[in-house]
Amino acid sequence: MQVDEATVRHVARLARIKVSGQEAASLQRELTAILNWVEQLGAVDTSAVEPMTRMADIELPRRPDTVTTGEMAEAIVKNAPLTEAHFFLVPKVVE
Amino acid sequence: MGELTGLTIADARDRLRNKDITARELTEAHLAAIDGANAALNAFLLTTPDKALGMAAAADARLAKGEGLPLDGIPLGVKDLFCTAGVRTTACSRILDDFHPVYESTVTQNLWDAGAVMLGKLNMDEFAMGSSNETSAFRPCVNPWRQDGSDKPLVPGGSSGGSASAVAARLAMGATASDTGGSIRQPAAFTGTVGIKPTYGRCSRWGMVAFASSLDQAGPITRTVRDAAILLGQMASHDPKDSTSSDAAVPDFEAGLGHKVKGLRIGIPEEYRVDGMSAEIEALWQQGIAWFRAAGAEIKDISLPHTKYALPAYYIVAPAEASSNLARYDGVRYGLRVNGRDITGMYEETRSQGFGAEVKRRILIGTYVLSAGYYDAYYTKAQKVRTLIRRDFDAAFRDVDAVLTPATPSPAFGVGEKSGDPLQMYLNDIFTVTVNMAGLPGIAVPAGMSATGLPLGLQIIGRPFDEETVLRAGQVIEDAAGPAPAPQAWWGPAKAAAKKSPKPGAGKGGQPARKSS
Repeated sequence: MQVDEATVRHVARLARIKVSGQEAASLQRELTAILNWVEQLGAVDTSAVEPMTRMADIELPRRPDTVTTGEMAEAIVKNAPLTEAHFFLVPKVVE
Repeated sequence: MGELTGLTIADARDRLRNKDITARELTEAHLAAIDGANAALNAFLLTTPDKALGMAAAADARLAKGEGLPLDGIPLGVKDLFCTAGVRTTACSRILDDFHPVYESTVTQNLWDAGAVMLGKLNMDEFAMGSSNETSAFRPCVNPWRQDGSDKPLVPGGSSGGSASAVAARLAMGATASDTGGSIRQPAAFTGTVGIKPTYGRCSRWGMVAFASSLDQAGPITRTVRDAAILLGQMASHDPKDSTSSDAAVPDFEAGLGHKVKGLRIGIPEEYRVDGMSAEIEALWQQGIAWFRAAGAEIKDISLPHTKYALPAYYIVAPAEASSNLARYDGVRYGLRVNGRDITGMYEETRSQGFGAEVKRRILIGTYVLSAGYYDAYYTKAQKVRTLIRRDFDAAFRDVDAVLTPATPSPAFGVGEKSGDPLQMYLNDIFTVTVNMAGLPGIAVPAGMSATGLPLGLQIIGRPFDEETVLRAGQVIEDAAGPAPAPQAWWGPAKAAAKKSPKPGAGKGGQPARKSS
C-alpha cells in the first residue's frame, strides 16, 4: 500500500497538525512503511474472535451522582495561555 | 558521600531507622551527585532541592520519634510524565511548555505519603513515545554505561531513560517510571537496573500524562529486586479517581520475596527465539534457564503462537489511543499557543510547533487507522489480535507460573544510531510489548554483561496481579547473577556551567538541572 500526499494532508487536517511540504514527503514514506508492516495482521484469522475492550474482568465502579468538587475556576485557568475573568480566550469564531 | 548514594533502599531504610544516617545527609549526598553528573548525563530536567530538604527534615523528625514511615527519607526521582503539584511537568514536550500542575498524581502522592523525598523531574521520550530518550524536547539523556574502552555516548533506552540513567548512576535511590510497550523494562535492561511493570490496574493512572490509556502503567526503576518490591508496594493502590484501577488487595511484595522457588514452573516460549537473535542474548537466556533449574524450579517449553503479531498490533492500538489522548493539546487550556489566521489555524500551528516528529508520526498513524472506513480493518482487527495474545498467555499459565524471556534484543546502542528509522526503533520492544497488550506484570532484571561490557537483562512475565511470583523469580536471577555493578563514573564534577534554565529544545551543550522549589 502506498500513502499519497493527499492522504497525508487529509489526515493531518483531521489531526489539526500543519505539515510543511518537506514533512509531507517524509511522512508519506514513513506512514507507508508502517502501514505496510502492520498489514501482516491480515494473516491472522480473527473471524471468531471478540476484540479486547477491557483489560480485566472487572465491573466499572459506580458512585453516587453527586457533585464532589468545584469552586476552582482559578486553578482551572491557571495554566491557560490566554484568559479573561476565568474564561479561556480563543480566536474569534463567529462574525 | 559516594557510600551513601551507593546504598540500596532497603539498606538506607534500616540505617535511617537505626539513626546511623539522617535523611538530610542522604538527600544532600544525592543532590551533590546530581550536581556532579547531570551536565554529562542530562537525566534530571530540574531538581527541587528546597522541597527535598523540607521533606527530608520532616522524615528526620518522624524517625527521631521512632515513627518512621515505610519510605521515610528515601530520595527518589520522578519521571516527567507524573504531574507534581507546583513543579513543572512537560512529558518532555514543547507543547506542555511551562505547565505547572495544580494537583499531584496518585502514584507520587502515595510515595510522599510514605515519607519519600522528591529530588526532581526526570528526562524521557516525548509523551513516552520512543525507545532511546532521543525524542525528548530537552535533548537526549545519556546512559552512564559505555562500551569497554570507548567514550561513544549510548542511549539509556526509553521512554523512561532519565529514570534508568539516574538510578544506575547513583543520582537517585529509585525512580518512578511508566511502561506502555516496554518503557520501564527496556531502559532498565540497558542500564543494569531493575524495572517492573505491574499488572494493568495495579497503579492508578490518575495524574499521569496519558499516552495509550489501555496500555499505560506506572512502576518503579531501582537497583535491586527487593527495592522494586518496596517501591511498588507503596506506588500501588486502589484509586476511585481512576476507574480502571483495581481494588485487589496490594500484598506485601517484600515479604513475598522470602517464599520458596522450589517447584515453581517456568515457561520458555519458543516464539521468543526470533530471527537474527544474537548468540549473546541466546546464551544469556540459556544461563537464566540453568539458574532456575539450579534453584529447584521446573522448566517447561511453552508456545505463545501470536507473539509476532504483538508489535504490529501495538503500533495500531497505541497510536490510535494516543491520537485521541493528545487531542487535548489545542493551545487553549494549557501549554503552548501559536497564533494562526483563525481558530483552526491556531490549532494547527500550535500542534505543528508543539509536537516533535515522532509524536506527530504517531498521531497521524492513529488518526489514519481510526478514520472513516479504516476503523474495522485496523483498530478492531488489532484489538481482536490482542484477545488472541491474551488467550495465548491464559493457556500458558495453566501449565506454568511464570515465563522467562530476554528483555531486549541487544544491549544499549549509540545515540543517533537508530533515530532515523522508526521501524528499527520499534523493534526494540519486541520482547516487552506482548506484556502490555495482555495487561500482565513483567520485570527486567540485570543478568549479565555483553562482550562489549554493557548490561543485559532477562524478563519474567507473570499472571495478572501475581507480581509476587514475578518478583520472587526476579530475585532468583539477581541472586545468581549478582546485582549489576555500578557503572564507572566517567562524568566529572560539574564544570563551571551556566546557571540558566534549559528551555525545551534550547541549547546544545551540557547544562545543569534547573532548580525549582
